Amino acid sequence: MKYITEFRNFEAAQALSREIHTVLAKDQPSGTEPAREIKIMEVCGGHTAAIHKYGIAGLLPSHLRLLSGPGCPVCVTSNSFLDYAVTLAREPDVIIATFGDLIRVPGSRSSLLKERAEGRDIRICYSSLDALQIAKDNPSKRVVFLGVGFETTAPTIAASVKRAREEKVTNYLVLSAFKTMPNAMKALLESGELGLDAFICPGHVSVITGSSIYDFIARDYRTPCVISGFEPLDLLQSILMICRQITEGRAQVENQYQRAAQATGNAVAQALLKEVFVLSDSDWRGIGTIPASGLALSPEYSAFDAAKQIPLKIEASRENPGCICGAIMRGVKTPAECKLFGKLCTPENPKGSCMVSDEGTCATYYKYARS
Amino acid sequence: MSDYLQSHKKITLAHGNGGKLSHELITQLFVPAFTESTESLNPPEANPNEAVGLQELADSARIVPPSTNLVFSTDSHVVNPIFFPGGDIGKLAVTGTVNDLAVMGAKPLYLTSGFIIEDGFEMADLARIIDSMAKAARECGVRIVAGDTKVVEKGAADRIFINTSGIGVLLPRAPEGAASIRPGDAVIVTGTLGDHGIAIYAGREGINLKTELKSDCAVVSPLVERALQTCSSIRVMRDPTRGGLATTLNEFTHQRNFGIEVFESRLPVREEVRGVCELLGFDPIYVANEGKLVLIVPPSSAEDVLKALKEHPLGYDSAIIGRVTERAPGRVFLRTVVGGERILDMLIGDMLPRIC
Repeated sequence: MKYITEFRNFEAAQALSREIHTVLAKDQPSGTEPAREIKIMEVCGGHTAAIHKYGIAGLLPSHLRLLSGPGCPVCVTSNSFLDYAVTLAREPDVIIATFGDLIRVPGSRSSLLKERAEGRDIRICYSSLDALQIAKDNPSKRVVFLGVGFETTAPTIAASVKRAREEKVTNYLVLSAFKTMPNAMKALLESGELGLDAFICPGHVSVITGSSIYDFIARDYRTPCVISGFEPLDLLQSILMICRQITEGRAQVENQYQRAAQATGNAVAQALLKEVFVLSDSDWRGIGTIPASGLALSPEYSAFDAAKQIPLKIEASRENPGCICGAIMRGVKTPAECKLFGKLCTPENPKGSCMVSDEGTCATYYKYARS
Repeated sequence: MSDYLQSHKKITLAHGNGGKLSHELITQLFVPAFTESTESLNPPEANPNEAVGLQELADSARIVPPSTNLVFSTDSHVVNPIFFPGGDIGKLAVTGTVNDLAVMGAKPLYLTSGFIIEDGFEMADLARIIDSMAKAARECGVRIVAGDTKVVEKGAADRIFINTSGIGVLLPRAPEGAASIRPGDAVIVTGTLGDHGIAIYAGREGINLKTELKSDCAVVSPLVERALQTCSSIRVMRDPTRGGLATTLNEFTHQRNFGIEVFESRLPVREEVRGVCELLGFDPIYVANEGKLVLIVPPSSAEDVLKALKEHPLGYDSAIIGRVTERAPGRVFLRTVVGGERILDMLIGDMLPRIC
């Protein structure tokens, strides 16, 4: 498969692995133990999945630790959002349209999957335009699209809202829980609980936003950032670039994923985001409310904002007391440290959001790395 | 038969009520196809004078038991779409059950077929399916000796479902089963992975994928016979259908004191399958096959068995893809293309529903 297998080449991977070992051994007198653990966080769930799928950790020095961050859209979605969606689904004239993974995530008291089994109209879409079509086909219903994800998915939903307005579709609504990455990364650094050495920055987010959104992290927090692609050689090369920054005492934003992510990003997508959304505070599972880390529909588009158009009273949200998804998302704990992991909480019967999505940290560990 | 199709365009509830229309359907469509196709067959293991067959329209087929051990299996087929590149639900209904018998190290002899058909089903489509079953049965030397047809109201079934049950006789040297697997044994797969699942997926309504890909739907008996002739101590054989190769290998290791190591770079996968999987986020190692075998053989016979399999067109792409280990008992693990290692778990969830 041209243009993909090249990025999975065995010899090149082994060469990168050797180079990473060499770079990190430079400062280390021969025969001694490494001075300290090096912690690199891959923020994006796609990276977490690829790292485990290809067994990347086995190619790295044992004192280099990869931590999974809050970059799986389904995982970071808060219980309060899910509870709102469940309550909306119970409204008689509402059709819920959603990406597939979200329906399995347990909220405080129910999940969309359970609601669907109860007969609520909940439909899985592969694109926001499918949801818009459902709205057109069901003029007597209100169709609410559940907007979760990052800068990657948000522009496509912005496009659907814009089209709905152009085509005067008045029964299409979006319940937005979109999130933006930089301030979440800042919150993790400021919490001080991790002692992170560097970030592997999300590739697809950067395709949209460009690389400058991470500048303040390198500058103000002296933390190296490398934007990475999703193939094993991409990840190994990104880790090598980070190791070089660390041993040379640099903290810069570097772009390994140059074949897709440009410095300035995708101007069309950025313009769409700016037109339809405004920055808002956002509730992240396990992290809490982070200022200016979410996207809400702008006042100009409030006619399409489900939170404004269908205000509902929601019972206070609660978390499963045994679930440590929050700490896992912050990189503070690993799935193996969770009492529920692999026993009460499995992909077939998830108790927490991290076990649901293919990109979720717990689901990935369960699938590829449980001991 | 063509006269019958001319005058009966669609299946109705009356074709399943046991009355005159049922009788006509059976005598006009089923009996000729299933008897003509196999009347020349005289399985050496069976009594040639036995009164098997459908012509009598009795309530059961009468068969004289052979002297060796019997194997007996059943499989229901609900595939969507019912006609797909490389096969259809009829062919699949024969090969599915025949393969279940064959991988036990058996020669399949007899099948029964049960049809559940939705009211309004096109009679011509039914005739096409029956023909396809007859052809598949003829090719692998089995006789369809009994059957049943029910018609249900519109919406109570999706067009047509077919159950087949089969009986075969165990061949000499039949595998002992997964309990006989030993560390050091080799794992062989007889061809490219995922062809059936991806062909079906691409053929679904609403999926805008154009591929040249065909289902690998085929009877694996020739491969089974070759393997058994070459090696007297084959540990186990299985056809990796739903859940794919990964799920089958996990069934072998489940609750056993050995593990299996698979080398990702040795897995035979067609470029088209790889491409579609890449697009959709599937992994070919979890995608269904309908004409492949996975075998576990002692290391000393691995190369000979591989050679014998590769000499048959169905086994042309056979490869040794892994080995049985003492380490990691109960687990299957994958040596990845870049040299890393990870668990290879069973399929979780429904990747592609109604694949067979």
